[in-house]
Amino acid sequence: MREIAVVAFSQSACVADIGAVNEVELIMPQLQAVYAQVGLNSAQDVDFVCSGSCDYLQGAAFAFVAGVDALGAVPPLKESHVEMDAAWALYEAVLKIRTGHADSALLYGFGKSSPGELPAVLSQRLDPYYLAPLWLDTVSLAALQARMLLDSGSITESDMAAVVSRSRQNAQANPLAQLAGDVGVAALLQDDYLLAPLRRGDCAPVSDGAAAMIIATVEQARRWGVPYVRLTGIDQRIESHNPCMRDLTDSVSTRQAAAAAGVHEAALDVAEIYAPFSHQEIILTRALGLDEATVVNPSGGVLAGNLMMASGLARVGEVFQRIVNGDARRGVAHATSGPCLQHNLVAVLEGA
Amino acid sequence: MAITEKLSQEFELGFTYTRSTGPVVGRFLTGLRDSRVLGIRGSDGRVLVPPPEYDPATAAALSDWVEVGQEGTVVSWCWVSEPRASHPLQQPFAWVMVRLDGADVPMIHCLQASSAEAVSTGGRVRVAWVAEPRGHITDIRCFVPVPGGAS
Amino acid sequence: MSAARPDVTGIEAPVYLHYHFTAGTAPARFLARLREGLLSGQRCPRCGNVYIPARGSCPACGVPTTEEVLLPDRGTVQSFTIVHIPIPGNPIEPPYVVANIVLDGANISFIHLLSDCVNEAVRIGQRVQAVWRPPEEWDYAMDNIRHFRPLDEPDVPVERIGTLPVSGPGVPR
Repeated sequence: MREIAVVAFSQSACVADIGAVNEVELIMPQLQAVYAQVGLNSAQDVDFVCSGSCDYLQGAAFAFVAGVDALGAVPPLKESHVEMDAAWALYEAVLKIRTGHADSALLYGFGKSSPGELPAVLSQRLDPYYLAPLWLDTVSLAALQARMLLDSGSITESDMAAVVSRSRQNAQANPLAQLAGDVGVAALLQDDYLLAPLRRGDCAPVSDGAAAMIIATVEQARRWGVPYVRLTGIDQRIESHNPCMRDLTDSVSTRQAAAAAGVHEAALDVAEIYAPFSHQEIILTRALGLDEATVVNPSGGVLAGNLMMASGLARVGEVFQRIVNGDARRGVAHATSGPCLQHNLVAVLEGA
Repeated sequence: MAITEKLSQEFELGFTYTRSTGPVVGRFLTGLRDSRVLGIRGSDGRVLVPPPEYDPATAAALSDWVEVGQEGTVVSWCWVSEPRASHPLQQPFAWVMVRLDGADVPMIHCLQASSAEAVSTGGRVRVAWVAEPRGHITDIRCFVPVPGGAS
Repeated sequence: MSAARPDVTGIEAPVYLHYHFTAGTAPARFLARLREGLLSGQRCPRCGNVYIPARGSCPACGVPTTEEVLLPDRGTVQSFTIVHIPIPGNPIEPPYVVANIVLDGANISFIHLLSDCVNEAVRIGQRVQAVWRPPEEWDYAMDNIRHFRPLDEPDVPVERIGTLPVSGPGVPR
């Protein structure tokens, strides 16, 4: 099977409201940054382009098509799109390269959530007969999930606050983070509930922004002559659409994806986990089988800044950067989609 | 050169969809209209409410209908202190996962309660119907605590 | 009672989502200029094409566009259609002409109404000019231009449409 190399990554800062910036203006700085990392001129220099976004976030129909204006599609490009996080665009591109239909690919994800009411928008992803008419939102579903964990005794509210505290601490070294600071568990536990048992700090902020990545075959990466990281495993699994049919205190799909991606075949120095809620980081850390030897979310994770439709790809990018910089040799990146960790993707990256 | 102004505009995006229900969802909603709660038995024997059309494990079409009770037990809950305009209740309320008596899988709906302190996992609740059910999930106006119900 | 009613076969499932849409930098500049009665495009630094309304990039080259180019309100019909079907919510009485118009100095068309004309005489290459509302009615909106009307000028050959300088067709080559 053809080996995949990650060769470039860039991400915008996470900001609550990016203001007068359209999708093209959101995407292009990240594309220019990854072209520069590899020495490419434009998207014409890769074989395949795939993006991830959701038009409902900003309420602009076919914003994902308008986003193609950022690419320079003359002459036409081989292009695709997923209506989900760009981590799944990465998955599609990996398949494209492994099956020999491309040697290189440009990926990007973007989200401008500030114009809309994100929880209300995401509520309409639920079952259209039984749940969407209630406008049950994703924060509420996560709160139901957190309650089950708390009731089961497998976590405490202090454990949740500890996740938030560590995120804020780690984010102090991340200039792109939206929320960072030296905040202790006791202080966090004094906050009022946002949606009991969740406090505001337990929930990822909503951020506007974009991220981009370039991958290629290892041979192509060598021809380009740029540092690269091998993507040695990737897998994704989905669970039932009905949250009540699942064990919400575990993430079976993450366990399966991790095993299939080869997470446990060697030691892991770093993990970047897409946990939009503090208790979900605990579920996922357990499902991925991580112990103290692995540094979890050194970037602060998405509790420090959550680019809808790009944060999953950014988790892969964070691990890539840490390996390229020599801070880690092997790491795992995780992405999620859907309410209560319905759909999960796991990727393993290793130094060249 | 003109300094770019920030131009913004409020707007409402409306989708006036109607949806066909199909035989399974339609029968469940017909049940609600008649103030009955119907479930369906999965291939593992569990009673599923609201009913899926296909077995979540085997994908087999399901048709073994079971009427379940209108009282149940709270499996999980959260407290909405600031309801949105779109929410089914406009006073602070709880979302609850309720396992109805006779069902094996919980369903999610809203619970009207005086405060978060009045809600607990394991608490007993029952369906409160709207005055004029029409065959819709909101025919269940909400759940309400059962007086004296164990918690 | 209920036994006599037919089974439920469908539900109404309206979804209303509320947004506070913010225009991008390039569209905001276009709209702000329009409010002053000016037509502002952007030039691609790589291929030199001028776009109006600009979206902040050259869609052909994939590079940011920042150089502003003010364009005249005269242009050429690149294509058109005569609308005979009433569109719900549209106050304009059919039949009317909708045209792709390329302003002089621009390399891409936009769509607007073409009026004050004999519909059947409208043709590709026809020269047109904007008919503006009175300045006191100008807003951040394309309908500051009520419509375009024909100019008494020679037609532009098809191969030159979309390639004219800001100064207009001049002497045909």
